[in-house]
Amino acid sequence: MSVEEPTPSQTVGPFYGYALPFPGGGDVAPAGHPDTITIHGYVLDGAGQPIPDALLEFWQAAPDGRRTGAPGSMRRDPVTGAVIGRNGVDFTGFGRVPTDPDGRYVLRTLPPGAVGASAPYVAVCVFARGLLHHLFTRIYLPDNAEANAADPVLSSLPPARRATLIATAERDRVYRFDIRLQGDEREETVFFAFH
Amino acid sequence: MTTPLTPRSAYPELRQDDIDREVAELGRAPTTGPHPDRDYPPYRSSVLRHPKQPLIPIRDPEAVELTGPVFGVTDVTEIDSDLTRHHIGEPIGERITITGRVVDRDGRPVRGQLIEIWQANAAGRYAHQLDQHPAPLDPNFTGYGRCITDDEGRYHFTTIKPGPYPWRNHLNAWRPSHIHFSLFGTAFTQRLVTQMYFPGDPLLPYDPIFNSVRDEKARQRLIATYDHDLSRPEVSLGYRWDIVLDGPSATYMEQGR
Repeated sequence: MSVEEPTPSQTVGPFYGYALPFPGGGDVAPAGHPDTITIHGYVLDGAGQPIPDALLEFWQAAPDGRRTGAPGSMRRDPVTGAVIGRNGVDFTGFGRVPTDPDGRYVLRTLPPGAVGASAPYVAVCVFARGLLHHLFTRIYLPDNAEANAADPVLSSLPPARRATLIATAERDRVYRFDIRLQGDEREETVFFAFH
Repeated sequence: MTTPLTPRSAYPELRQDDIDREVAELGRAPTTGPHPDRDYPPYRSSVLRHPKQPLIPIRDPEAVELTGPVFGVTDVTEIDSDLTRHHIGEPIGERITITGRVVDRDGRPVRGQLIEIWQANAAGRYAHQLDQHPAPLDPNFTGYGRCITDDEGRYHFTTIKPGPYPWRNHLNAWRPSHIHFSLFGTAFTQRLVTQMYFPGDPLLPYDPIFNSVRDEKARQRLIATYDHDLSRPEVSLGYRWDIVLDGPSATYMEQGR
């Protein structure tokens, strides 16, 4: 039972760029890991125009399904205070990528492991100027066709809506996943509310 | 040399009166919870950036989103929480401290989690290329900081009170002084990005972003409290701002420490 009244959300605005992004924010996979996959795409508005000031955060299970993550996504140099990036060994499970002036993002990570009855997915939190309250979506991978077909969330959706949550394979280990904030039921990405 | 401030707006035909009227009308509609409506036309940038399809509810106790990223001592340095010490000289402006407690909606402290803040300088200018309004940058102030909450969920920042600044939502639009806050809970679902405002700011009634929180009590929770006991003699003025993270989490467990 809730006893505290939540603090309301406010938009991330246009000026987070010198505070939140950090070098290597999209390089979640340990350096040179042979299983690394690349997921990239565009964040688009209701007119289909790219959004150059969105910020995406990613959170996922490790390939073995562990959800404990690890500190060190933003490791800093104690002498200069500079961000020195991940240590290249630990899998923190967390990524943060601002869209570039083309509205595009790139994430390099390890394939997520399955947890519970769900097919494996990468959880995404979307922030943007103009977006007063962040949005959650998920990236499912097309390789897991069988698990996707059995996934309780995916299978509850009409086919057109379901398709917005499944990345497209472009070539080996490279996937395309666009996030459209607004559109008709075929265009707009499915977003979730957690209860 | 000063550049004259040309009144430019993305919607030049829109005046403050028009925005006030829209805000008042929406303020009379039934509220839908503590958070802003994503579809809030007085904030014009929201028009094409909110979903029109219904959100899909998830009630899965094993959802990955019920856990979340962890941060530790490697992710922050000692002076990150004192924004007045990031350069060689002293920044210009009114030195303030902000402290408070972060809890989840069951009142449990959020321990060992990352808080990030960013803000304009005392003149209302961000250290960001896209902020080109004619107010000075301060070479001794950048305006971002971080800290990790302690075992009681407390945080503490020392900074400069940010100035208000113009923006182009409508003609003569000004943002009230505010500090952006980014918070993590024990679950990704508890993620929060918000803005802290200052008590008694005369610009609050005119700001469509602040007023996008249509519930009056919820809106007041975005305003810090001046606390004289937190002020330090001849050094700084103290503000208190407690934060409650929304969203479900996995069974409470020690994380991030």
